[in-house]
Amino acid sequence: MSETSAREISAEQVAHLANLARIDLSPDELESLTKELGQIVESVAKVQEVAGPDVPATSHPLPLTNVFRADEVRPSLTVEKALSGAPAREGDRFKVATILDEE
Amino acid sequence: MTDLTRLSAADLADKLAAREVSSEEAVRAHLDRIESVDADVHAFLHVAGEKALRTAAEIDGRRAAGDPLGALAGVPIAIKDVLATEDMPSTAGSKILEGWIPPYDATVVRKLREADLVPLGKTNMDEFAMGSSTEHSAYGPTRNPWDLERIPGGSGGGSAAAVSAFEAPLALGSDTGGSIRQPAAVTGSVGVKPTYGGVSRYGAIALASSLDQVGPVSRSVLDAGLLHDVISGHDPLDSTSLSDTWPSMADAARAGRRDGALKGVRVGVIREIAGDGFQAGVKQRFDESLALLESAGAEIVEVSAPSFEYAVAAYYLILPAEASSNLARFDSVRFGLRVDPSDPPVTVERVMSVTRDAGFGPEVKRRIILGTYALSAGYYDAYYGSAQKVRTLIQRDFHAAFEKVDVLVSPSAPTTAFKLGEKIDDPMAMYLNDITTIPANLAGVPGMGLPIGLAPEDGLPVGMQLMAPARADARLYTYGAALEQLLEQTWGGTLLSRAPDLSATEMFASEEGAV
Amino acid sequence: MAKADLLDYEKALELYEPVLGFEVHVELNTKTKMFCGCANEFGSGANTNTCPTCLGLPGGMPQVNEKAIESSIRLGLALGCDIAESSRFARKNYFYPDLAKNFQTSQYDEPIAHDGSLTIELENGREITVEIERAHMEEDAGKLTHVGGATGRIQGADYSLVDFNRGGVPLVEIVTKIIEGAEADAPEVGRTYVRAIRDIVKALGVSNARMEEGNVRCDANVSLRRRGTTELGTRTETKNVNSLRSIERAVRYEIQRQAAILEAGGTIVQETRHWHEDTGTTSAGRPKSDADDYRYFPEPDLVPVAPSREWVEELRGTLPEQPAARRKRLTAEWGFTALEFQDVANADLLDEVEATIAAGATPAAARKWWTGEIARLANAQNVPAGTLVSPQHVAELAGLVDAGTLTDRLARQVLEGVIAGEGRPQEVVDARGLAVVSDDGALIAAIDEALAAQPDVLAKIRDGKVQAAGAVIGAVMKAMRGQADAARVRELVLERAGSAE
Repeated sequence: MSETSAREISAEQVAHLANLARIDLSPDELESLTKELGQIVESVAKVQEVAGPDVPATSHPLPLTNVFRADEVRPSLTVEKALSGAPAREGDRFKVATILDEE
Repeated sequence: MTDLTRLSAADLADKLAAREVSSEEAVRAHLDRIESVDADVHAFLHVAGEKALRTAAEIDGRRAAGDPLGALAGVPIAIKDVLATEDMPSTAGSKILEGWIPPYDATVVRKLREADLVPLGKTNMDEFAMGSSTEHSAYGPTRNPWDLERIPGGSGGGSAAAVSAFEAPLALGSDTGGSIRQPAAVTGSVGVKPTYGGVSRYGAIALASSLDQVGPVSRSVLDAGLLHDVISGHDPLDSTSLSDTWPSMADAARAGRRDGALKGVRVGVIREIAGDGFQAGVKQRFDESLALLESAGAEIVEVSAPSFEYAVAAYYLILPAEASSNLARFDSVRFGLRVDPSDPPVTVERVMSVTRDAGFGPEVKRRIILGTYALSAGYYDAYYGSAQKVRTLIQRDFHAAFEKVDVLVSPSAPTTAFKLGEKIDDPMAMYLNDITTIPANLAGVPGMGLPIGLAPEDGLPVGMQLMAPARADARLYTYGAALEQLLEQTWGGTLLSRAPDLSATEMFASEEGAV
Repeated sequence: MAKADLLDYEKALELYEPVLGFEVHVELNTKTKMFCGCANEFGSGANTNTCPTCLGLPGGMPQVNEKAIESSIRLGLALGCDIAESSRFARKNYFYPDLAKNFQTSQYDEPIAHDGSLTIELENGREITVEIERAHMEEDAGKLTHVGGATGRIQGADYSLVDFNRGGVPLVEIVTKIIEGAEADAPEVGRTYVRAIRDIVKALGVSNARMEEGNVRCDANVSLRRRGTTELGTRTETKNVNSLRSIERAVRYEIQRQAAILEAGGTIVQETRHWHEDTGTTSAGRPKSDADDYRYFPEPDLVPVAPSREWVEELRGTLPEQPAARRKRLTAEWGFTALEFQDVANADLLDEVEATIAAGATPAAARKWWTGEIARLANAQNVPAGTLVSPQHVAELAGLVDAGTLTDRLARQVLEGVIAGEGRPQEVVDARGLAVVSDDGALIAAIDEALAAQPDVLAKIRDGKVQAAGAVIGAVMKAMRGQADAARVRELVLERAGSAE
C-alpha cells in the first residue's frame, strides 16, 4: 500500500486519463483540468492520514449478502423499445463507425 | 375558492378524498402556477401538460366510480430528471441525454403511478447530480424562489424550488451527498434521504452507486412521510435494496405532533459540524432550535465524530471513482447524443471521445477524470482504497454516537443561499457546501432537512439536519414533525408562507430582518 | 502478410522449454442471463433478449442469477477448487462497442473458486496435473458484425453492427497456473486439457459444451524458456482458438515461431495473437501493455456472495463421477488395453459403449461395433454415431451374432436395416430372412451341387490340398446368399469330399 504524500498531477497524466475515459479534451480543457485536479488531489489525499492497515474498507453501507434472483425468464424489452434511443441503426442492430482496436 | 397550490399535499389529498375538489382541477391549478412563475424560477425541464390532465381525469373517473384509491391519489408531483420516465424525457440535466425518452419507468415512478399520483413534469438538476447549486445543469440554472438571484441548492434545486414556489406540493429527489437536504435548507422546504437501500435505485440514473438514494421533497414533514410510504420498500431489481418491512413514516410524523413527543429524547450535537465557522445567522437559528427542543423536554448532548474531518475528502474520491464507471455507458452507441469528429478517420473510438467531450459539462469531466485517477493502477490503495477505510471510521463514529443519543442534529448547510455565479469557479469551495450532509451518505444512515427559520442578516432560509441510525427513518419523522410544530407555533404559520410573491412581474429580493 | 519463420519443432524443444497457461471460458446453459432475467438463448432475432440492465441503459441495475452461482460452485468443485467463503463481483472498466456498460461485471480479488487441479492423461500414457489458479464468474459481451470489408473482419470494414442478445450471458473463466514440464507434449497438453474441461462441464450439465458454438472458448498463453536459465520468457496470448485441434496446432505454431525469433536474436513482444484456421498461423493483434488499466473495483450494485458450507457440501453431492476416474474404472471393468480404450474415448463413444454393455453385450463386441461399422457409417453420413442406432439394438445385434444366428457379414446387413428404420434387429432378420441357415441338410445339398460343378477342386481336396476347398466354400456361401456359417460349411465340404483332417 502506498504511503505517498499528495502527488502533483501532470498534464501528461491527465491526457492519459482522458484517453482511458474516452473524453477528447481540447488543449484549453487539458490545461485548466490539470490545474484544478492538482488542487483537488492535494485536498483529498488527506484520507491517507487515517487509512491505516488495520482499518478494513467498507464498500457497502449496509452489510447484505447472498441476494439472488431465480433463474426464470422475465419479459425483455421489445426490439423497438430496445432500439428506440439508437443514434444509428441498421435493421434491428445498433450501428457504429469502424472500430480501430480489436478487443 | 382556495388557492389549491397553497395546500399541503395532505390537505389536498383530504379534499380530493372528500371530493371537494377534483384532481383535474388541482393539476390545472398547478400547471397554471408553473406557467405563471417558471419562466423566472426554471424549476422544470419538462412539463407534462395535457398528459397530466388526462391522468388526473382518469383518476377522478375511478374515484367517482367508487374505486378504492390510495392516500395520495390525484395529488400532482414533480420528478427530478434523474429518474427514468417512460413518457417524459430524462436528461439528468445533461446535454448527452437531451430528449432521451427511456423505454421504461424507474421503480419509484412505477410506484407513484400505481399510487395514482399525477406526474407534473421533470425538474432541473446539476448535471448527473454533480453539484450543490444547480448551476451545472446543461439547461441553465434554477433560481431560488426566495431570491431569484440566488441558487436553490443542488443537485436537486429544481425539485426544491418547485415545492417552495408552490408549483407542486410534492417532488421526488435524489441525494448522494446532500442533494435533497441542502436544497431543502436554502429554499425553506423539507427533504429526506432514506436509509441506504430503503428506496429502490432501479431506474435512477446512477451517480455514485454506494451513496445514491431517492427521497421525498415537500413543504411539510407529514407530506414527506406520505410520499416516503409510497416509494419505499424492497425491489428485486435493485440488489442493494433492503427487505425490511417499514413502519408508516406518515404515522411517525403524526406521532410527532402529540404532546410529549420530545420528552426524554436525547439529541446529539456533533461538535465537528455544530456551526463553528458557519454563517452567523445559520448558527444562531440552529442554537435557537436546540433551545426549543430542550424546552420541549429533549436532552441536548454533545458528541464527537473525529473522522468527519475526512468525510469530504473520502466522498470526493469515492463518488468520482464510482461515477467515472457509471458514466462510461454514455458512448453514443445505444442512446443519447452522438457527435462525429469533423475530420477523418471516423472510428467508433473517436466518435465516443468527441461525443463525451461535447455532451459532458466541465464539472462532470472533472469528476470523471478524478475518478479514473483514483482507481488507476498504482493509485487505488492511496485514493479509492483509503477512502473506503475512512468510510468504516465514519460508520464507527455514527455507531458510537447513537449509543449515547437517539438522533443527531446539525445545520444542513454552512451558509444560506449564495448568489448565482459566486462559487462556480472554485470547485473546492463548492464541495465544502456538503460538509454536513456527506457523512450520512457515506455511512448509509437516513437524514432529514427541515426549515428552522430565516437568517437575520439576509432573510434567507436556514435548515436543520436530523440523522438517525440506519433503518430508524421513522425517528426523523417523529422528531422532525415535533420540531416543525414547535417552530410553526413560534412563527404563527409556516415558513414558506413568508416567501416572496413570485407572480408579480419583477424579480424580488427578500426583505431583511424577517422572523 | 509475410509468413513468419518457424524453427523446426524438435530443434525448438532442444533449445527451449515451453511454458503454458490456459484461460478457458465456459458459457453456462442457464435459462437467463447472469445479471438479468432476459433469456439466454442462442439464435434469437437481434436484440430481442435485452432489457435496461443488459443494454446498459441509464438506471439499469444487476441481479445475480442463483443458478449461475450454483453452476459455478459445482464447476469449481469438479476442478478440485476451494469455494470462497466470501466472493465479490468487480467492475473491469474498458470501452468497446459490444460492452453495453463499457465495463464488464466480473470478479477480481475474490473469485468464487480457487486453487484446484485437473489431472489429464495423454495418448502416450503420461499423466500431467494442471494446477488451476481460479475459476470466476463474469458476463459475456454482445456480438459485433463487421460490414463492408472483404473478409467480414474488422480490418477494412466500413461500419459495424451490434447485437446485445449475447451481452450478459453467464461465463465461468477458468485460469490455470503456469504449466511447466509439458516439453514436447505441450500441444497435446493444450488439447487434452481443454477436452477434459469440456467433458467435465458436459458431465455436470452446466453448459452445452459445444466448442463450435462458442460454449467453450480457449485462450492459449505460450512462452519459451531458454534451457539452462531460470527466467520465464515473454508470453503471447492466442485468442479465439475454437476447436481442440486448433489449440494443439496453435500451441505448436507459437513454439516454433517464438523459437525462430529468439534464435535469430530477436525478442518476443508481449501481445495478443489471433489464430487463423485457414493458414494454420497466428498473427499479431493488440500489444498487451500497461494501457490495459482496467481499474478494477468492487461492484457497488451487488453484494457479496457467501455460499454456506452446507450448501457447498450439498452441491458436492450432486457431482457426477470425474471423467478421468470414470475412464480408469471403465478401462479396468472392460478389460481393454489402453489403446483400445483410447479408441472409444477419442471417438467420443464412451456413453454409447457403456450403455450397450449395460444392455447385455460383451465389452469387446460393444467396442467392435461402435468404433467399427457404426462409426464408419456415421462418418459417411456426417452425423454423430449415437444418432444412428440405440445401444439396446446394438446389444441385441451382438447377441444374435454370439448365438450363431448371424454371421458378422449378415449382422452388418441387419444393422443397415435397423438404421434404415426397419425395426429391431430380430425384426429385420425375420423380415429380410437373413438368419444363418443352421439346417445341415440344406447346406449339404448346396455343397454337393458345388462339388459336382467343380470336379477338379474335388480331386484336389481328395489329394490333400485342403486350401482348394475355398472355391467350393465360396460357391456355397454365394448360393446361400451368405446365410451360412462359413466354418460349418468348410467342415461339411471336407466331410463330403471324403478327405480326412
